[in-house]
Amino acid sequence: MNLSLMFEAMMVLPSGIGLTLTLTVLSLTAGFLLSVPLAFVRAFGRPSLSLAVLAYTYVIRGTPMLVQLFLLYYGLGQIEAVRASAFWVVLRDPFWCALFAFSLNSAAHTTEILCRGLQSVPKGVVEAAVALGLKRLQIARLVIFPIAFRISLPAYGNEVVGMIKGSSLASTVTLLEITGMARQLVSSTFAPYEIFIVAGAIYLALTTLAVKATQFLERRLSTDDHPKRRGKVRFRLALPNHEITTPVP
Amino acid sequence: MGGFTAQFAAAFMVTVSLGLVSGSLGTVIGLLLAMSKSSPASRFKAAVTGYTTVVRGVPELLIILLIYFGGTIFASKVAGRYVEVNAFTAGVIALTVVFSGYATEVFRGAIAAVPAGQTEAAKSLGLNAWQRWAFVIGPQMLRLALPAYGNLWISLFKDTALVSIVGLTDIMRVAFVGAGSLRAPLTFYLAASALYLSLTTITLLSIRLAERRYPALGR
Repeated sequence: MNLSLMFEAMMVLPSGIGLTLTLTVLSLTAGFLLSVPLAFVRAFGRPSLSLAVLAYTYVIRGTPMLVQLFLLYYGLGQIEAVRASAFWVVLRDPFWCALFAFSLNSAAHTTEILCRGLQSVPKGVVEAAVALGLKRLQIARLVIFPIAFRISLPAYGNEVVGMIKGSSLASTVTLLEITGMARQLVSSTFAPYEIFIVAGAIYLALTTLAVKATQFLERRLSTDDHPKRRGKVRFRLALPNHEITTPVP
Repeated sequence: MGGFTAQFAAAFMVTVSLGLVSGSLGTVIGLLLAMSKSSPASRFKAAVTGYTTVVRGVPELLIILLIYFGGTIFASKVAGRYVEVNAFTAGVIALTVVFSGYATEVFRGAIAAVPAGQTEAAKSLGLNAWQRWAFVIGPQMLRLALPAYGNLWISLFKDTALVSIVGLTDIMRVAFVGAGSLRAPLTFYLAASALYLSLTTITLLSIRLAERRYPALGR
């Protein structure tokens, strides 16, 4: 252990936090916006449409994000039409490629999380909303979605943590976020222990912060106070987010 | 795809064996850690919690890089000359660490979900600690843990792709090399995706089968 090297890493690596957070926040936002309509289709849509959404989430969740990233970054250039199109300026750039891959990934995970939330909204609540004369869109926006979001929040916390960790893959397409900076620093100093441990500590701080933030939000939004249920929620927060999905019967 | 079919087949085996070895080791370590964390008079409770928190809060890629590059330095220091840690070994160690971190939490949750009355009844029957684990808590706990445990295996097989970054010739690596040499990245990465998808599908189906065969007791 070389403390002065660790100190140097502590000075250098935080400059990668910005890019890590940018990638994480943007892809989570894009993923969330994309997943809300998809989750509604997946939960309440016609069987054929629901199955199509399932196919998307299944393929994305069943393959490593690294493969998806490389498919976009290296693979798309093989298609002549893509290279000729206006999108090439964007798709040639590693940042946009990584963002695109992460967003697609996050959307797939969030769709399944929200779908499970939507499906566990009690029937009676929806019937009550219909009885009150609310229109379908109003029911979805004012009744179903808020309840489903509250139910999905613990699982969504996992997704946020997963995305912070997943953003480290951006270092494989030359982006200099925390892991990228660490790898660069290691190749110039060849002191992997010191530098990777500092990088790990930074990630740990970020993920801990994300977990605390979701727990805070959960507590703020919770409507019932069942200590037992809270215990279960905390247990679920610990798991990676790849619950099994099955086609709608 | 030229001569890459045979390479893909070999790489598939590498990925599968990497997954199986680190998953099995991780399960054993996870079980032991969960048991030590769950026993009331545990001295390692804080240490185990620290371990799982750190492992689950740090990117898998970083753990792999740390163990591969750090391991090389460590082994060189021990041996007194330059020794390179083989990518497969580094991958197994790194993925075992990751898997055991998650598995500990899964098993701990499942142990907590087994009613306390079961342990008390076993104690009053005169079973000793090992008998209680093996015949009373273990069988019930494993069934409760099964769905979440299966998810860990799916994540594990996806995480094996990261070991290609340190040079293991797994599916991802062969796709990378093939894409470079034949200048057909799309084809090769699509083939890799198909292989990974089939792997996760097989895992998913086996979990489903196991879940049906061993449903949680008493619910």
